[in-house]
Amino acid sequence: MLPWLLAAVNLAAVVLTAPSLGRHLFEVFDGRPQPAWDRWLKPIETGLLRWIGDNGRSADSAIGYLLPLLISNALFGAVALTLLLVQPAWLNPLGFGGLRWDLALHTTFSFLTNTDQQHLVPEQSLGNLAQLGAMQFLMFVSAATGLAVGFAVIRGFSGRPIGNFHLDLLRALTRVLIPASLLLALFLLVSGVPMTLAPPLEITTLEGGQQLLPRGPIALFEAIKQLGENGGGFVSTNSAHPYENPTLLTNLVSTWAMLIIPAATIDAFGRFVGNRRQSNLLLALVFALLLIGTVVSMAAEQAGNPMLERWLSGGNLQGKELRFGAGLTGLWSVVTTGTMTGAVNGSIDAAMPLTILTALFNLFLQVVVGGQGTGIAYLLVYVLLAVFLTGLMVGRTPEFLGRKVEKAQVVWASLILLIHPLFVLIPAALTLAGGASLAGISNPGSHGISQVVYEYASAAANNGSGLEGLGDGTAWWNLTTSLSLLGGRFLPIAALLALADGFRRKPAIEPSPGTLRTDTGLFTGVTAVVLVILGALTFFPVLALGPIAEALTLAS
Amino acid sequence: MSAVAQLWRGVRFTLLLWFLTVVVITLPLLGLARLVAPDAASGSLIRRDGQVVGSRLIGQGFSSARYLQSRPAGAPNLAASNPELAARVAATARRWQSAGVAQPAAELLQDSASGVDPHISLAAARQQLPRLARERQLPLAELERLIPQHQEGPLGLQAIEPVVNVLRFNLALDRLATASTTPSPPVPARP
Repeated sequence: MLPWLLAAVNLAAVVLTAPSLGRHLFEVFDGRPQPAWDRWLKPIETGLLRWIGDNGRSADSAIGYLLPLLISNALFGAVALTLLLVQPAWLNPLGFGGLRWDLALHTTFSFLTNTDQQHLVPEQSLGNLAQLGAMQFLMFVSAATGLAVGFAVIRGFSGRPIGNFHLDLLRALTRVLIPASLLLALFLLVSGVPMTLAPPLEITTLEGGQQLLPRGPIALFEAIKQLGENGGGFVSTNSAHPYENPTLLTNLVSTWAMLIIPAATIDAFGRFVGNRRQSNLLLALVFALLLIGTVVSMAAEQAGNPMLERWLSGGNLQGKELRFGAGLTGLWSVVTTGTMTGAVNGSIDAAMPLTILTALFNLFLQVVVGGQGTGIAYLLVYVLLAVFLTGLMVGRTPEFLGRKVEKAQVVWASLILLIHPLFVLIPAALTLAGGASLAGISNPGSHGISQVVYEYASAAANNGSGLEGLGDGTAWWNLTTSLSLLGGRFLPIAALLALADGFRRKPAIEPSPGTLRTDTGLFTGVTAVVLVILGALTFFPVLALGPIAEALTLAS
Repeated sequence: MSAVAQLWRGVRFTLLLWFLTVVVITLPLLGLARLVAPDAASGSLIRRDGQVVGSRLIGQGFSSARYLQSRPAGAPNLAASNPELAARVAATARRWQSAGVAQPAAELLQDSASGVDPHISLAAARQQLPRLARERQLPLAELERLIPQHQEGPLGLQAIEPVVNVLRFNLALDRLATASTTPSPPVPARP
């Protein structure tokens, strides 16, 4: 009973706090006056923008927004890559050397794309300079890039100019991510998460064994990891490790932190278009999907593994921590895959097949609250297609937010949704065709198929979690997932900006009696159907071969 | 704007953000951490006779019969359907049975996620008390008193069920043993 109650409180806390943050996001990204913030930050932001030589004016095309985004992201990546390849001795007490080139490349792309898939053991390969200067840096700027894109897309849909990338990125940091991370870091710190530059400690245990205590500047790292939907661990066991997630309370707050910004972004969308009924219905839609996944996963984990009934009873605790228990680890796996965070507080590989099914479903849909900024963008793409379909069904010209949805929009929307399966299914098929040794599969049967598909789905969705038994530290995995990481990030971003900028240029039309309203329960229901059909049925064959087959094996 | 100017702007932007997100916010927080929570900031270390013997948060592996034993670690990624998992659980259950625990608690048979789970359930701790009493030649009642003293959660929100911190329990066990084997010197009255 207690896990269900805590899960309900946790999700309710998100729903209750999302509107406040939503209003803040709206003010920040619509350039509204915020006296308390402006007083200190505005002179700094203006000064910094002037220093880089930007006048802060909105770009007049999608390219005008995209180009500085691509240039700065390439440079962000170059800084991190250099630090990972070289790893100077400074702030590197255990004297780790530079990473192998393919691993450095994968790690850089992974953090640059807000994915944080890790094919390395950080506490055995990264010094504090790399953790801070490469990993933490990329976690902040990739999350800010996501937010910037999300709000550029929202602006386009609401008929506003698309905005200025440098200004958006800066404000995403100064007014959202940095203050929120500092607050969360303080909370984590007093809850036991280390924050020190003292070297990891090699100690002798009570029985005389050796143990490395991987302490470091973790609290701030952890805060932006959760709030920014990053998910990369300071240590390889991620949020299962007591230094990253020491108590039940930090676990609950971390779960809230993963959800709050994407939920608030959807709320902010409603404020941008002046229709909060629309955003509340969208929130209801994604939370309904989240809730279904939560019930499925928590029930599956708490029911336990029938294969082990001869020896034990109770929930599935394999690969889980006792302080969170089976149920809340199930909740976490739904939230971390739905929000594209990818942090884990237990092994998803050892989870029940229905939990893995839910996780994959979330990775395929990409909107179950969704990633930092990108979640709302994908959601709007699905809404656009639902508008188009319903328009066809009732024989009216489809309209959304006072603009006609025409060929160009539908083409862009379809392209955006096609990118994801391309970067998941094709490399997964190639890898599986290469045989088990190339794939590095560690669990037999249909679970092995899940391991491979999951790794690419996680990369292309910019999530970062994995079925971690997979032997993914090879050049093949590093290089092929790099393609999925980059393709799953920058192609949709370019297409989304083009779609949004094209949409805002269309003439606004007054609603007529023939206009199909999109802020109704009925239309939201149709959107849900479109989501499930387009998003999940594309992947149904691999779901059937992977987790569904595994679930049937276990049940028989 | 020329490509060079765009690139130059990007370089300045990158430098600025690197400084902001790596130096400007991290250093004050490191300082603040030493002020508000110096113990947590440096890893919640436990010292004995001046030596660091562990962290309150981090579990240790125990194999000696004289210590309370933690959860197994090492294979957290075995799938639910993997026959190796069932074999591993069966082998662990047999080990516990030969050590006199007929029905070991579920978490003693399943690997923790972190490999350093600091906790076991109260039931898992109680199952091991007869062995500890025998090995340490201590009365069972004295050991039973240690359990509530080293319980964590659920009220403090450290854990979702009442659990025992194994390392803290074992340190107390060692203190108990020294206290009962060596006659304790008279405690000088503090001024």
